[in-house]
Amino acid sequence: MLQDKKVIIIGDRDGIPAPAIEECLKTTGAEIVFAATECFV
Amino acid sequence: MDLENQKRVLDLSEKYGKENVVVILGTSEAESAGLTAETVTAGDPTYAGPLAGVSLGLGVYHMFELKDQVDANVYDEQCGMMEMVLDVDAIIKEVSSIREQYSKY
Repeated sequence: MLQDKKVIIIGDRDGIPAPAIEECLKTTGAEIVFAATECFV
Repeated sequence: MDLENQKRVLDLSEKYGKENVVVILGTSEAESAGLTAETVTAGDPTYAGPLAGVSLGLGVYHMFELKDQVDANVYDEQCGMMEMVLDVDAIIKEVSSIREQYSKY
């Protein structure tokens, strides 16, 4: 599903932060083009 | 969703093509997950940022929905604790509902 896709990561400081999502996606074949961690509070 | 990040999402979807871009969320609550998912599909519901009135229709998923797509050990290490403390079912329900309504890709 994520193979060859350009992925934008919007993490959450109080949820799953962007670096954690990046680590997970490294194994999927997706290309991460932008990653940010927001604070929604 | 942060206004600067809205601009980045808009620019990157134009650069790579909307059909090639997928947004992955790490939001901690169903409400914020839904608002962010809506922003990158139907447009900014608060009409504050660059995506106001812009229906990108991007594919959008919460990280919790991708558990089966990624390495199990890495997932447990990076997301396992938050999976235990957050309302996973509510978050997935909200994001999938928005995706079904507004995602075009």
